[in-house]
Amino acid sequence: MEALTTKGIYKHYSNHTALDDVSISIPEQSIYGLLGPNGAGKTTLIRIINQIITADQGEIFLGSETLGPKHIGTIGYLPEERGLYKKLKVGEQLVYFAQLRGLSKEEAFRQTGYWVDKLNIKEWWGKKVEDLSKGMAQKVQFISTVMHKPKLIILDEPFSGFDPVNANLIQNEILELRECGSTIIFSTHRMETVEQLCDHIALIHKGKKILEGSKKSVKQGFRNNTYSVIHRGQFTEKPKHALTVKTRQVGDELLDTTLQISEGSSNDLLAELIELTEVHRFEEQVPDMHEIFIQLVKEEPHG
Amino acid sequence: MDKVWIIVRREFLNRVQKKSFLIATILLPLIFPSIIALLVYFSQEQKKNALPQVIHYVDEGDFIDPKPLSDDFDLRKFDGGIDDAKKAFSHSNDFGLLYIPPLKLSDPKGIQLFTKQSPSPSVLSKLESEIETQIRSAKLLVYDIPQHILDSLNSTSTKIESIKVSESGREESNNADVLFGIGMTGGILIYIFIFMYGSQIMQGVIEEKTSKVVEIIISTVRPFQLMMGKIIGLAAVGLLQFSIWIVLITVLSSVVLNYFGFEIPQKELTEQTVNAIPADQLNGPSIEIIRALAEINVVYVIGHFLFYFVGGYLLYGALFAAVGSAVDSPAEAQQFIFPITIPMLISYFALFLFILDDPYGPISVWLSIIPFTSPIAMMGRVGFGVPLWQSILSMVCLVIGFTFTTWIAARIYRIGILMHGSKVNYRVLAKWFMMKA
Repeated sequence: MEALTTKGIYKHYSNHTALDDVSISIPEQSIYGLLGPNGAGKTTLIRIINQIITADQGEIFLGSETLGPKHIGTIGYLPEERGLYKKLKVGEQLVYFAQLRGLSKEEAFRQTGYWVDKLNIKEWWGKKVEDLSKGMAQKVQFISTVMHKPKLIILDEPFSGFDPVNANLIQNEILELRECGSTIIFSTHRMETVEQLCDHIALIHKGKKILEGSKKSVKQGFRNNTYSVIHRGQFTEKPKHALTVKTRQVGDELLDTTLQISEGSSNDLLAELIELTEVHRFEEQVPDMHEIFIQLVKEEPHG
Repeated sequence: MDKVWIIVRREFLNRVQKKSFLIATILLPLIFPSIIALLVYFSQEQKKNALPQVIHYVDEGDFIDPKPLSDDFDLRKFDGGIDDAKKAFSHSNDFGLLYIPPLKLSDPKGIQLFTKQSPSPSVLSKLESEIETQIRSAKLLVYDIPQHILDSLNSTSTKIESIKVSESGREESNNADVLFGIGMTGGILIYIFIFMYGSQIMQGVIEEKTSKVVEIIISTVRPFQLMMGKIIGLAAVGLLQFSIWIVLITVLSSVVLNYFGFEIPQKELTEQTVNAIPADQLNGPSIEIIRALAEINVVYVIGHFLFYFVGGYLLYGALFAAVGSAVDSPAEAQQFIFPITIPMLISYFALFLFILDDPYGPISVWLSIIPFTSPIAMMGRVGFGVPLWQSILSMVCLVIGFTFTTWIAARIYRIGILMHGSKVNYRVLAKWFMMKA
């Protein structure tokens, strides 16, 4: 079952096309990474999903229903540009946002109370936002995103502004929310978070979706028969089955050589290497998201 | 719709809970009357304590009576020629030197006043009337008119009571001064209210836009709902503030009037007795004012005031919101605020220049019908009574007017609040306006 599907989304502005036939499908209870360089169209897509702006063309389904105003209460949104009312007290602010998401006043108080307890910011309830540090304000903003138990949570660069301790705290909350049944869309260009958290990814570049799938399958698709060998002593001669990409010293005596197989299987290469050197470790090098990202975005030269 | 209500409530509470609101609401009605009272008090004290101004005079025709009618001047005859008098005057600290050549009573000319500081117009005109009176007395003597006829001529005074007859034959007495006062107060209040609260709407929108909080709000409500919530919320604040002011001012002024109440009539009484005004005209003007106040159709005037107060605010409030949404800072907003204020300024000046003077003149009528000027212009006319068809036409125009400005504003607002850092001019605004949803 898909939590959210978009079909052929187009969005044109007067001098450029922000989204060009973007179709994505986000599985339920997944953490879905929406990747792309700056200006790729991620924020436009997120704004369309949040019904802040409308697409010129295309359809969006939440589950099996067409996305509409009644879904506002089931979506939580953390914009990249964080914003709170500076002069308003934390508690009043959270209750206000919860009410706008459709909670009754009592429910709004209950939920915000639960969350300020959970994130240890109960003593800030009566403080104005302008008196909080940046990290504190980020926590308040996070609460405003999740307090109404949204089924779909959209987080735009959620960890920017958090110290490592709080980033970890928020990360655990995100995982917990997923366990409770929420689907999370994650927009970021920090590949280490994608590596850690995301199950599925889509890459948007210049308004077009150029890649989508589970993280595992994407990585599979980018395998390029590269192996890393940790070995003692130089190869006695060049291996026949592979090209040497690079060699570097690790530790006092060991070398780490990256090889790309040119003929035969990995077993053939390993068998050959045993003849050439003392092998300590032999391992396939699966590209990380960072490399995939750079490779895909670089392919098309900037114009 | 209930989301608009949530926003209205929030905006209302945000403003009302601020200390500045409390201070402004309570102190303003105290501060202005206190300032006025102080100024009046000091000017009266000054008048009371001021010594009459010493004026020396050289009277070549010898007909000035050195005992002046007004106690503002102390006239002292200088014996000698004008040249000696000038010399002597230049060494003295006295106010002035009056030179009166031999006068032809039929054509009194050539009177000169020498002073060290330029005399104020009021002093000059007092002195003129002083001399005119004396010349007149001299003329009367020449024409041989006895004193008692003269006194009776001098005390001629009457007052026309203006009574308006409506078609149903009902008679209302009018006092032009009271109607003038009502028109002026109403017009000024609406003018201040629109400016004060309009700029608050604008600042609120700019704050939401620059703090980026608008992105979260807009993901839960439509931009139009947010805009209307803000406008209505602030209207509620404004109405509350004005209600408090009116209550406070009414209470304060009745307290003050009660306190001074015994002094004023007595003073008037003595003055009027001295001037030998017939007894049945005693307190005439004040009775007339009270009667005029009592006969003004309070519901009619207040009803009109509230309608134009709210209508004008909605008309301009939407425009202020649109401007706020288009810019990133209040400084940038200036260029767009200016054209908005022009019709306000026109109606404000017209209020004093034509409308209160001639409430039924064509300019007054048209200004009170055009929606951009009608809120202020109509206040100048409402006390004098407005023909029903003009009232209805004006109100319908105002409703159409604010619906129209709200529609325009909403189209600019929905795009503007999400645009940052772009340089905005009228062409950009037009483009936003044309953009489809």
